[in-house]
Amino acid sequence: MADLKSILSLLILQFIIFALVSASSEEAKEEFNEELLLKPLPDRKVLAHFHFDSRANLSTSNGGYHLHLFPKAIYQLVRYMNYNPCMQAIGNLSSYGDYRRASIFATISSSGRFKSFKARNLRKTIELESFIKMLDQTRLARINVTEFRLQYIANAEKLKIFAQPFHSQFSRVHKFHIREMELSFTQGRWNYERWGSFDPISSSNAKPPGVELWAVFDAPPPKVDALWKNLTHTLSGLFCASVNFLESSTSYSSPEWGFRASSGSLRYGTLPREAVCTENLTPWLKLLPCRDKAGLAELMDRPSIYRGFYHSQRLHLVSSDSASDAVLAIQLEQTLTVVLQPVRQTEAKSFKAISAMQPDWSLSSIFGRKVNKKCVLAKSSNVYLQLDRGLVSQMKNIWVKNMGTNPDDAAFKGAVRNPTFELSDAPDKVIKEVGNVENEESSLLYVFCIEKHAETKPFDLALTWKLPVVWSCSHAPLLANRFLVGSGNERGVIVISLKTINHSQSLVCTDTSEGRCALHINIFQVVPWYVKVYYHTLRIFIDGVIQPATNITTKMRVSPSEDKVSPGMLELALKFPCSMKSAALYLDFDKGFLHINEYPPDANQGFDIPSAVVSFPDFRSSLNFVEDSQPSPLMSRLQERSPTVAYTEVLLVPLTTPDFSMPYNVITITCTIFALYFGSLLNALRRRAGEEERLLKDRANRKLGMLPQILQKLLARLRGKPVDQHQQPSSLPSSTKHKLIFKVTLVALVAIAWHYYFR
Amino acid sequence: MIHSLFASYDAYCREIPRTVAKRIADLGAEASLFRFHPTLKKFHPLNFFSNPAHDMMQENRSCSCAAVSIVGIIRAPRGDGKEAIVLVTPYNSMSPDAGEVLSLGVAYSVFSLLTRVTWLAKDIIWLAADSRHGEQESVAAWLREYYAPIYDNTGISVANLCPADNLHELKESQVSGAKPLESFRRAGTMAAALVIKVVNGNEDVRDSLSIYAEASNGQMPNLDLINVVNYLAVHRQGLHVNVGKLKSLLDSKCLMMVGQIIKYLGNLARSLHPQGGFGVPVGEYVEGAATLASSLYAQALGVPTGPHGAFRDYQIDAVTLVISPKASQHNNVTLNDFLLRSGRLIEGVIRSVNNLLEKFHQSFFLYLLTGPSKFVSVGVYMVVFALLVAPLPVVAASLYSDAVQCDSKSDTTDTSSHSKHSVEPIISHSSWRWLHAAKTVFVIHIWAVVVALLPCLISEIPSRTPTRSLLAWISLSIFSLHIFYTVLGSPFSHLAATCVHSHEWAIFKSVMIAAAFIGLAIMSVVNFATAEIGALLSVPLCLMAHPLKLDIRTRGMKSLARITCNVVFAFVLFPPIAFFLVKGLFEGFNSINIGHFWNWVESLWLWNSASYLYLVLVQLPCWVLCIHTLLHPC
Repeated sequence: MADLKSILSLLILQFIIFALVSASSEEAKEEFNEELLLKPLPDRKVLAHFHFDSRANLSTSNGGYHLHLFPKAIYQLVRYMNYNPCMQAIGNLSSYGDYRRASIFATISSSGRFKSFKARNLRKTIELESFIKMLDQTRLARINVTEFRLQYIANAEKLKIFAQPFHSQFSRVHKFHIREMELSFTQGRWNYERWGSFDPISSSNAKPPGVELWAVFDAPPPKVDALWKNLTHTLSGLFCASVNFLESSTSYSSPEWGFRASSGSLRYGTLPREAVCTENLTPWLKLLPCRDKAGLAELMDRPSIYRGFYHSQRLHLVSSDSASDAVLAIQLEQTLTVVLQPVRQTEAKSFKAISAMQPDWSLSSIFGRKVNKKCVLAKSSNVYLQLDRGLVSQMKNIWVKNMGTNPDDAAFKGAVRNPTFELSDAPDKVIKEVGNVENEESSLLYVFCIEKHAETKPFDLALTWKLPVVWSCSHAPLLANRFLVGSGNERGVIVISLKTINHSQSLVCTDTSEGRCALHINIFQVVPWYVKVYYHTLRIFIDGVIQPATNITTKMRVSPSEDKVSPGMLELALKFPCSMKSAALYLDFDKGFLHINEYPPDANQGFDIPSAVVSFPDFRSSLNFVEDSQPSPLMSRLQERSPTVAYTEVLLVPLTTPDFSMPYNVITITCTIFALYFGSLLNALRRRAGEEERLLKDRANRKLGMLPQILQKLLARLRGKPVDQHQQPSSLPSSTKHKLIFKVTLVALVAIAWHYYFR
Repeated sequence: MIHSLFASYDAYCREIPRTVAKRIADLGAEASLFRFHPTLKKFHPLNFFSNPAHDMMQENRSCSCAAVSIVGIIRAPRGDGKEAIVLVTPYNSMSPDAGEVLSLGVAYSVFSLLTRVTWLAKDIIWLAADSRHGEQESVAAWLREYYAPIYDNTGISVANLCPADNLHELKESQVSGAKPLESFRRAGTMAAALVIKVVNGNEDVRDSLSIYAEASNGQMPNLDLINVVNYLAVHRQGLHVNVGKLKSLLDSKCLMMVGQIIKYLGNLARSLHPQGGFGVPVGEYVEGAATLASSLYAQALGVPTGPHGAFRDYQIDAVTLVISPKASQHNNVTLNDFLLRSGRLIEGVIRSVNNLLEKFHQSFFLYLLTGPSKFVSVGVYMVVFALLVAPLPVVAASLYSDAVQCDSKSDTTDTSSHSKHSVEPIISHSSWRWLHAAKTVFVIHIWAVVVALLPCLISEIPSRTPTRSLLAWISLSIFSLHIFYTVLGSPFSHLAATCVHSHEWAIFKSVMIAAAFIGLAIMSVVNFATAEIGALLSVPLCLMAHPLKLDIRTRGMKSLARITCNVVFAFVLFPPIAFFLVKGLFEGFNSINIGHFWNWVESLWLWNSASYLYLVLVQLPCWVLCIHTLLHPC
């Protein structure tokens, strides 16, 4: 019975999948590709770069609402609709019975402000229709509608029947007017020195720690800020992250050309302190059609990928809206870049010296999982193994040493077993980089098609090294670092230092237009307002010698910070001579004071200055491979000529922090003083000395206790005076004092006696 | 965990920087060499409170004297690199002793462990500081380059003047392919620093650990850091922890007696109230007192007790841990055990600091240690100082008001016989009576400033010995005092000229006391321990001072006692004599040389200690003024 059930359910599933696939193939509007790029790194680590690419071409004419592959959440970010939901709403309504006592709520949001309309006890469909029409004509015509939500609640069942988006018929609206957007969650730092800084992956996937978000809006400049704020809230909810803190105007900025070219519609914000964890990854995986149940995403074993040295999860969204053929093209690129250290079995146990051999690795050893099957919804599902230029040249050297002959290209390409390493599976294809500089080697790309390899057994690519190899990655002309100089709570200096990696080699000539070679660099730096940077103090040292800033800077855009309103931003375009070995930029700053309620709970940790972005516009990192007929998304991404970008470190500035327990101390002390003051004051005011004396005298005259009387007699006898019944008032206090002393001594004696008795 | 670094000690004696850097690179960490020159220490009278970075001397240096420290940095795998923890092991590259090499071994083993741990959130910096030019100097030079790199007018960073000589040319690491760069490397803001030293010659049966925490001018690291080290050392590793104590106080009879009395009183109190924590054993009391005295002295001196002092100048909490293995360390097993224990201790401390989100701020910064786990906080020791100092203004006020009243009475009785009209001018004259005394006090203080600046002159004298310098200092001081008297007039010349008021000396004394009070109060803000010791010494002298002439005239038991007291105080509290007496008491009178005082004072100003200023600008004029009071011709 169970078997029958499972078979049945399988059949149904198959049918559904078939239907989905057929539907997608039929329309050919949506496409999904999954790829994984593996690359051994010089310092015994392995780079794994997952690349998931979803595209949707939605024609705007015939609705195009139903999505098969493309994630709806993302689609809704750039939502573009022009169907008439009125009819649909009424259709839905009529299918439910009792709508006589139902209420209709309509919410119109227009640039952040919500307006509600309500209609009660609608009897007929006509009324509903007329209500909507009324709204449509009166209100919608006048205000710019970005969202219209209609909710129908039937009293009887308390059912939300539909909450469909509604748009008036002729307003073609995007939700956030996003043209391009990128969100990245990163943990750890990309090591530019060891893992390379001049290849497409490092320049597009090396991100600053924490969250980075930038978006280009397709909206008039005054509306961009409102759109950005809404977007941050949406993404915050979508990815379980505190992206919404970027809403505040103190945390984002609008670079014009320093970050990337844009015309006033780019917004950029970072949260360096955001902790990245699985709660951010899970919603990200939900955007994939197969999630992590099948395909390459299956490899994402959470403990393994979070144990790595670098973890960056990125979401890149591009929407293009061509007005001519009324097609909305959305491209969503999801990448996860991790740098993992393969564990050598013997090394983990003992603390012996590390051998010179690179550690062997396989998919199962670095991820703890294998690829069982491809994601059936994916158009292509490939694994690439990239070998660096440096590694390839080392391999050739070894080949020459071992075989005695120079390897011809074909032999070298095809060889799965070469003297340097051995692969467990034969690659389907080997692609060689072309169009490279003459004297350098070209990198190799081994392609493995999951469909073929995972047919019989799970795909588990393994690489076994045979000989120790040492190579280094390709580097950008300069290595950027940033640090703070100075101590104390008053002021400091931000220093951005640029250094060549090889001291011997001078910079590559890029621009010889003016007769002398020059290197162009853009620097983009955002500084929070409480770090008050004095931009006029910019000093530029080249090879340790100060240079006038006007000689070096070609373009500069500064927007000074405004207290509690906006951060300071610096965009610099610099032109350095090629003979330069090192350069340093010095910027003085003062540390500001925050209001007590602006301190975060961990104020004593210090405050972060987000990473600066250093880009080399003339250095375009790209790997040109022999042109395929139709390059896969990852390949086309690698071939794209993008400028080389590097992020500097996040800085921690200790600011003066108040003693947060101080108010408590002050309150305590003040209260004590007040209590003492008022107590004594009241005592002094309400005491009547004459009255009290009279009272005391009266009491002494009226009744003296038995014991005091005896004591008095005793004392009098000791003093040798007769007992004076009519004592002077002045002697009265002395007798009470004696009485008191006597009582106290008596009690003390009793206590001591009791104590000794019971010991 | 024993490392071949130690085994190959003889072979690599001269190549320690290269070996260590290569090993660091092999571990996958970043290695770099830091070359620096010693800064010439000179007397800078105006540099006491300035930033240490600004006293750099631009000297012509030869590359041969450059010391080379090794810096290794572990980047935390998942950290953001904003903060770092520093581990320092000073060693002398010219002639490393076994303890220094062992400390390098301990640090290396901890470092290699930290390259493969998963919990690291802050970067780790290991500085193997070449202490050829002094331990403090090597650490300070590195910190200066880290926090305040100086570009001179030619613009080259001072630290890297010399071309790389081939001794330090390092081969590419076989493992990572990363080249150790000559450039200076940094890693975030420093959260805390640990200085590790290993010394031999421990007679104890257990491994022991000494904690040194005093930085310049009595600054202390946060108490939490000491507590963490102490807790882990005692409860986890079973080390015997001690902090510096004055050894000679341990067997002093007097202290023992006080201890016994306190114990007796404590027992009595406990018998009455068993729950109250009364009763301190004599041994514990004596030990605590010795530790307290040592802590107070170290803070008052204002000279850091180890290389950790350089960190405090940049507001970084740091301590020096001196670990001494038990006597029989030639045995391989015990050596292994020692490495394991000290390694675990350092790992534990680093892990504790690593796990902190914020920097140390919750606990005390102002305290005196009475034991590794006991302390006296600022709230308690402030009271003692306040009680000591409180009589000064009271006595000054009473002396002054008495003197003015007496004089005005006698004046009025005198003048009333002459004429009734001249009363008013006389009263106004008597209310300005302190002006002359104030002038004298002021002159003496100006003289003290001159005395404070004299070493600047003396240090220019060629071929000087400490004894000769001290004698020159004293003679020059006396000479300048004489000049001041001739130029501005002696305090006694005024008295001789005008008619002598019988209470002139009282006014003089009250102004002097007021000046001393102001000096002590200001010093208590700068360095509390100095002010406390200074108050102990100068308050009795100030209060006792009474003209000898008057006492001799009265001839009573009381005045005789006062004369003796005054003479003894005046003799004992002259700063050099006080120094020699204290030194003699603790170290025996045989080894005393007059030059020692000069050396001691020189160390004070070389370390920019504010105690020097106190000594010359407050204590010395106070003593001179007291002498004036004693010799007052009334």
